[in-house]
Amino acid sequence: MAQKRPQSLGTWHGLSDSKRVPEGVWMRCDGCQATLFRKDVERNLNVCPQCQHHFSLSAAGRIASLLDTDTFEEWFAGMQPGDPLQFNDRRPYPERIRAEQARTGLNEAAVVGQGFIRGVRVVVGVTDSGFIMGSMGSVVGEKLTRAIEYATEHQLPLVIVSGSGGGARMHEGIYSLMQMAKVSAALARFGEAGGFYVSVLTHPTMGGVAASFASLGDVILAEPRALIGFAGPKVIQQTVRVRLPEGFQTSEFLLEHGFIDRIVHRAELRNTLAELLDYASH
Amino acid sequence: MAATAPKFRLPFEAPIQEMEARLAELEARYATARADLDAGTPEIAEQVRRLRRELAGLVRTVYANLSAWETVQVSRCEHRPQTRDYIPLIFSPFLELHGDRAVGDDRAIVTGLARLGERRIMLVGHQKGKTLAERQACNFGCAHPEGYRKALLKMRLAEKLRIPIVCLIDTPGAYPGIGAEERGQALVIAENLYEMSRIDTPIVCVVIGEGGSGGALGIGVGDRVAMLEYAYYSVISPEGCATILWKGAEHAPRAAAALRMTAREVKRMGIIDDVVPEPPGGAHRDHREAAANLKSYLLRALREIEEQPRHELLKRRYEKFRRIGVFVEADAPTEPLLPTS
Ligand SMILES: [Zn+2]
Repeated sequence: MAQKRPQSLGTWHGLSDSKRVPEGVWMRCDGCQATLFRKDVERNLNVCPQCQHHFSLSAAGRIASLLDTDTFEEWFAGMQPGDPLQFNDRRPYPERIRAEQARTGLNEAAVVGQGFIRGVRVVVGVTDSGFIMGSMGSVVGEKLTRAIEYATEHQLPLVIVSGSGGGARMHEGIYSLMQMAKVSAALARFGEAGGFYVSVLTHPTMGGVAASFASLGDVILAEPRALIGFAGPKVIQQTVRVRLPEGFQTSEFLLEHGFIDRIVHRAELRNTLAELLDYASH
Repeated sequence: MAATAPKFRLPFEAPIQEMEARLAELEARYATARADLDAGTPEIAEQVRRLRRELAGLVRTVYANLSAWETVQVSRCEHRPQTRDYIPLIFSPFLELHGDRAVGDDRAIVTGLARLGERRIMLVGHQKGKTLAERQACNFGCAHPEGYRKALLKMRLAEKLRIPIVCLIDTPGAYPGIGAEERGQALVIAENLYEMSRIDTPIVCVVIGEGGSGGALGIGVGDRVAMLEYAYYSVISPEGCATILWKGAEHAPRAAAALRMTAREVKRMGIIDDVVPEPPGGAHRDHREAAANLKSYLLRALREIEEQPRHELLKRRYEKFRRIGVFVEADAPTEPLLPTS
């Protein structure tokens, strides 16, 4: 089947699903409530020009913003999910997949391949939080694993940008859970072979994605005010029944507790990656 | 025997319990009749035998036809043997080793040096607790980061001592709490997955009760992975899944079926290597028999691992997880992902 062309840079997946607004000339900022001219936001890498709130960025937008122009070569783009559980909640899983594909222009939540960042060749993986919340099923696990194996074999540095509110993909049941082990094992081999891995956490990075490849970077960067954690705040709230601390599970919270190396503004991300990669390829 | 059997409070066991009560009554009558040298004694004895057979048949029938949700209920049954129940039955003498050398000693994961028949092993197992006090101390089997760190530390020790590792999995999930997040719950699980893939000593993992998501997998990477017959293994709890996808925890039975979390299904999907049989009517009916089955499985699994070339251990472990996944490889894309101009 023919590959659908995904959105070009700047087409954003909107806010959280519940707040998704129809495409229009104007949009409201989640961070400061200002009414913004959409074009201004898109030109600014989907960051609010007034309060610096980071809206989500599609995989295509992410790749374009990080890699040297026209250097990205996508791998395994045609890979599609199966339906091993014949899962049907209120809608059969294959139907849900087709709807997501039509809506996002992606075949799955992960895009992998290789490209250059300021002249340094890197293997890149991006999960798009707009595709079933960026959750990891077999395809995301397999694509990332193959990319990591390629990086291991060719001794290339690795950058993975995570954005997943869903963690593991429920619709693929235990297969999804096992992807966590599969990708982590591939990273272990990569690490053992001396590979350098930079993990970039974006809003949101939760559950099985946070509890596998996203947390295993040699260097871990995060965009400002991203939600990052294992259990969702709602689940925690229901369990502990006390007010969650201010800023709980944000990038700033994780930095404070020693779990990430740096918080990096989206506009600075490419520069920071280039600087880091320079240390791995001098 | 039946007279002293605890009430398991599993709703689908009602007909079994009713028959057990009848049997107990009949056995009491038999005892009285025998003591009184009653002429009807042989006839009562025959009735007892017949009812016992009938009961065994009923237990088999009920347990052969458990729904996914009923299986989940069995796996959570409070009388079901947990790691600390198996220790005296399988792993004695046990030398418990505490603590993660950083934060504390998480009682939701038990670790220590143990014997398995003639062998020396490292035991790592979730503990949910039985009494309310113990349950609270163990957080109902939901480990914190210090539990996963402790597990990893002891597994590294096993590698150094060149003894195999046995992991018994029994958790609803890793603990969802403020402290757990502050201390890096996601990171420690990720690190365990990473490290367990290359700990250079045989690892056998068995889900003995609840295999709840990342909290289960956090001690679940091994050379052999098995499940007890009425255990479950799932990416999310049926209640959690029902809340998200069916908008209400009351749909948990439906979610349990949809997620295909029973041992038979997980085995059929090729995720686990073996299903360890439980005594008729579940492990909670007979801890000894459950332990005997588990022990013989562990011994067999370790023997099988050792029959393979030692230097291939980690390669095989890698491939074991590497091959998991169902997807379709469509034709190569005809257009590049990004506009090339
Ligand atoms: Zn704003």
